[in-house]
Amino acid sequence: MSFASFAEFIAMGTHGPYVWAAYGISLAIIGLNVALPLLARRRYLQDEARRMRREESK
Amino acid sequence: MNWTWFHKWGSPKWFYEMSGRWLPWLSVAAVLLMAVGLVWGLAFAPPDYQQGNSFRIIYIHVPAAFLAQSVYVMLAIAGLVGLVWKMKLADVALQQAAPIGAWMTVIALLTGAIWGKPTWGTYWVWDARLTSMLILLFLYFGVIALGQAITNRDSAAKACAVLALVGVVNIPIIKYSVDWWNTLHQPATFSVVAKPAMPFEMWMPLLLMVLGFYCFFGTVLLLRMRLEVLRREARASWVKAEVRTQVEKGL
Repeated sequence: MSFASFAEFIAMGTHGPYVWAAYGISLAIIGLNVALPLLARRRYLQDEARRMRREESK
Repeated sequence: MNWTWFHKWGSPKWFYEMSGRWLPWLSVAAVLLMAVGLVWGLAFAPPDYQQGNSFRIIYIHVPAAFLAQSVYVMLAIAGLVGLVWKMKLADVALQQAAPIGAWMTVIALLTGAIWGKPTWGTYWVWDARLTSMLILLFLYFGVIALGQAITNRDSAAKACAVLALVGVVNIPIIKYSVDWWNTLHQPATFSVVAKPAMPFEMWMPLLLMVLGFYCFFGTVLLLRMRLEVLRREARASWVKAEVRTQVEKGL
């Protein structure tokens, strides 16, 4: 462990705001890149199933 | 040489089935590698003797920058395969990889700017490395915009492939910019031929993060490509069957 306490870990020397801003932005972008395709797939499958049911009932 | 492995990629159904088998492994590898790399890099790696703790930004900045450039090279290769062999899946890969590459370039630029402030005293300088990375972002925007602007799918695929191939000239410029021109940017972190100039506890988490980012890219690319294959092949009977089973499973 490179830090003596949790408070020191958060402070990152004097560089806390820089380190945490960089990590925060990056993790948010990574999360978005995973979540959006998953949601799009879900929506597509539901729409497509509805369309197929409509065509069958005709 | 036996080329059947190559011809299989011409079948969207084969790709969809295989990628479904690879996805769990790739995603688990991505999560594990990135989790270990992140904790190791943030909490256990020793601080840099000159930069203090701000150097920890390297654990996302370098993997994102690596990936941003690799994805563009992949775009060019996919473009070439699409142009030469008219393989439809190559265009799917190109179109679906471009937004991920653009996002990785955004991460590299933003984390670089945040790292620059405490290290160089400025968020941005118009030097060769930073400017060529910004051009990479614009090239990604160009590929994405071109793909969406042209409604005819074959024309769009051709135009995007050509732009990806022409733009790949920017990649060696990014790589060698720190050697060719004076810059604030530090030289390359990793080299294939030389031992890392960092202690093991510093470069090992970086290596894990780089591998984790590649697995993350593989996972997201497959997710996006699978959805696009379903969309493009919507009339095929295997796609209809797949939609039915997925909806019955409750998604």
